[in-house]
Amino acid sequence: MIRNILIGLLAVAVVGTGFWGYQEHKEKNAVLVHAENNYQRAFHDLNYQLDLLHDKIGTTLAMNSRKSLSPALIEVWRLTSEAQNDVGQLPLALMPFNKTEEFLYDIGNFSYRTAVRDLEKEPLTDQEYKNLKSLYSQSSEIQDELRKVQYAVIKNNLRWMDVELALASNDETVDNTIIDGFKTVEKKVSGYTETNAQNPTFLSTNEKDDIYQHVEGKRISKKEAIAIAKKYADFEDDVKVRVEENGKGSDYGFYSVSLLEKATGIEVNMDITKKGGYPIWYLNNRTVKQAKLDLNQAYTKASNFLKNHHFDSLDLFESSQYDQIGLFTFVASVDGVRVYPDSVKVKVALDDGSIIGFSADEYLQAHKLRSIDDAKISVDKAKEHINSQVKIMEQREAIIINDIGEEVLCYEFLGVIDNDTYRIFINAEDGQEEKVEKLKNSEPVYENML
Amino acid sequence: MKGISSKWKWLIVFVCIMMSCIWIPDARIQAFSSQVIQRGSIGDDVIELQARLQNIGYYHGKIDGVYGWGTYWALRNFQQDFGLPVDGLAGTTTKNKLTKASNFNREFVHGQINKGNEFTYYGGVDIDKQVKQKTTTPPSNGTSNKGTAGSQNAPAQTATTSASLPEGFSQNDIQLMANAVYGESRGEPYVGQVAVASVILNRVQSPSFPNTVSGVIFEPGAFTAVADGQIWLTPNETAKEAVIDAINGWDPTGNAEYYFNPDTATSGWIWSRPQIKKIGKHIFCK
Repeated sequence: MIRNILIGLLAVAVVGTGFWGYQEHKEKNAVLVHAENNYQRAFHDLNYQLDLLHDKIGTTLAMNSRKSLSPALIEVWRLTSEAQNDVGQLPLALMPFNKTEEFLYDIGNFSYRTAVRDLEKEPLTDQEYKNLKSLYSQSSEIQDELRKVQYAVIKNNLRWMDVELALASNDETVDNTIIDGFKTVEKKVSGYTETNAQNPTFLSTNEKDDIYQHVEGKRISKKEAIAIAKKYADFEDDVKVRVEENGKGSDYGFYSVSLLEKATGIEVNMDITKKGGYPIWYLNNRTVKQAKLDLNQAYTKASNFLKNHHFDSLDLFESSQYDQIGLFTFVASVDGVRVYPDSVKVKVALDDGSIIGFSADEYLQAHKLRSIDDAKISVDKAKEHINSQVKIMEQREAIIINDIGEEVLCYEFLGVIDNDTYRIFINAEDGQEEKVEKLKNSEPVYENML
Repeated sequence: MKGISSKWKWLIVFVCIMMSCIWIPDARIQAFSSQVIQRGSIGDDVIELQARLQNIGYYHGKIDGVYGWGTYWALRNFQQDFGLPVDGLAGTTTKNKLTKASNFNREFVHGQINKGNEFTYYGGVDIDKQVKQKTTTPPSNGTSNKGTAGSQNAPAQTATTSASLPEGFSQNDIQLMANAVYGESRGEPYVGQVAVASVILNRVQSPSFPNTVSGVIFEPGAFTAVADGQIWLTPNETAKEAVIDAINGWDPTGNAEYYFNPDTATSGWIWSRPQIKKIGKHIFCK
C-alpha cells in the first residue's frame, strides 16, 4: 500500500519535473530566437542599407545641378549613418571590423561636407568627382561580399548566435562562414583606406597623430617627472612613488606618476609629457567633506593655482558646482580675444579649497604663439548676420575651431530667445555663421518628481 | 524606572519645542549668507536670489536653486537698472540692494520646493494663487507611508530641484554610464574608473564605434558587464563622480578605445592592439 502511494507520488513528481523542464526549455528557446532575430534584422538591414548606398552614390555620379546633388549626397550621408548603426548592433566587437566602420564614416564625412557647401559657387572638383567614382566601385565590392554572406546565411540557415559563441570561445581555427565573410570585407576595405589616405580631399580619420605638436622643451627624466608631480600634489616626503612610461601604442610620450601619501592614504595620479614636462592631467582621489567655501572663493584658489604653475593669461570661462566640488574652465585670452581651444579645467574641493583635479590636455594640443589678425568686418556688420529673433546680451572677439577643424577669428555673441540662451559665432572675416550653440538650462531632478 | 524615563521623555520633548521655537524665527530673518554667488553655484542662496529676482519681476524661470543662464541675465538686468556694476556676481552690495528692493518668504518658497509643487513668486500677487499643486495623485495608503518617511528624511537645508550637468549630457546619460563603469570596474582605483568612462566617451567620438553613449555601451560583446548583467547593479557615488570627471575632460587613458584585464581576457585579438598604459588591473590600448 505504502509502496503504491510512494510510486504514485514519485510518478507525479517525475511528470511535474518533466513538465517544468519543458516549460523552461520553451522559454529559453523563445529568448534565444528573440535574440537571434534581433541580430538577423540588423544584419539584413545592413545589407539593405549598403545596397541603397551603392545605388545612391551611383546616382550622384550622373548629377550635375546643385538642386539634385545636395539632397542626394545628404542621403548618402544618412545611409552611412544607418549602416554604422546596424554594424553597432551585431556581435562584431571581438573581431577586427573597424576598418569597414571607418570607411563608412569616411564616405559619410565626405558626402556631408560636400553636400553642405554651396555647390552653386563651388561645384565638385575633378578630384572630388574621382573620389565619388572610386567610392562607387569600392562600395560595390563591399556590397558584393556582404551579399554573398547574406546568401549563405539564408540558404544554410546560419545563426548569428553561433557567431557570438565562436567569437567568445576564442578558437582561432573556428570555421564560420559569417566570420570569414566579414573578415574578407575587412581585408578589402583595408586596401582602400590606404589608397584613400593618399588623397588630399579625402579627410582621413586618423588626423590625431602627434597631438602635442606645439609643445616645446627638452626631454625630462623620470626623476624630474616625480619632482614635478610632487610639486603639484603638494605632498611632503613620506610618499610611495610609482612611475611608468607610456606604452608603445601612445601617440605621444608621457610619464604616469602616482604618489601615495602614507600617512593619509590619499593617492594622486598624474600624466606628464616627456617633452618639456608639462602636466596633461592630475587627479586626487580624496573624499571631499561638507562644503565650506563658495564658488567665488574657490575660483580665487583655482586662478592662484594656475598662476603658481605658470599658466598665465587665462580667463574664467565657465564655473559650476557639483555637490561639494567646484569645476572651473579657463580659456586663454590674447589681447582681449578669447582663444577657446586653449582651455584648462580645474577642480576645487569646496571643503578646504585644495585643488583636486587639473586637466590641460586641450591646452597642450592647441596652445602656440599666435598673432591674431584684426577683424575684417565691424561688429555691427557681424550683427546683421544674426537671426533677428535673438536679443543680444554680450559680445566679444574669440578664436574657435570650426567644423572643418580650422582656427578662425569670430565675433562671439551671447543672445537670448525667451528663456533660452545661445552662443553664436560669426566669422570676423566674411560674416559667416560659424557655430550656434544652445546653452544648457539646468535639468530637473526626476527623483523629486516621481 | 518607568517614572524616570517618562520624565526624561518630557524633558526631551520640551527641549525640542524650545529649540524649534528658537530655530524657526531665526531661519525667517536670516537672509543671504556671506558668499559671493556666481554662475554655476547651487544651493539655498541661489534659491533666495532667484525668488527675490522673481519677486520684483526680473526672473521668469523656475526657482530651482541652480544659477544658470536665466538667473544670470536676470541679475545683470537688475544690476543695470539699479546702477550697480554689471558683472553677474551677487556680492555684498548687490545682495543688499536686492534684499531692500524685494521680499522673500523663506518658509513659503522652501515649503513649495520640498513639496515638489510648481510655483512662482511674483510680487503683488497672492502667493497661494501662484502654486500649482503637484498633479500626480498621491499613492494609495499602503505605499504612502513609505513616501512620507522618505520626505521626512530629506534634509530641509539643500532643496535644489535641479542639477548642474556637463554640456550635452542628461542625468540619465550619466546614470547609464555610471552603471556601466560600476559594473565594469567597481574594484578598481578611482583613476581606473575615470579611465573606463573615458574609453566609453572616446568610442562615442571614434568613427569605428556607434555614435551614442547607449550605442557604445550596448554594442553586443563590447563590455562583459553588459553581457552578464552586472551593469544593472546599483552604482555608487564614486562611479558617478568618475563619469562626470571623464565627461568634463579628464582622460587618464591617453585616448584609448579598448581595455582589457590581462588575467581574464578571452580574446587573443585584443593583445594585438597597441598598448598605451596600465591602470589598476586594466591595460588600455588604441
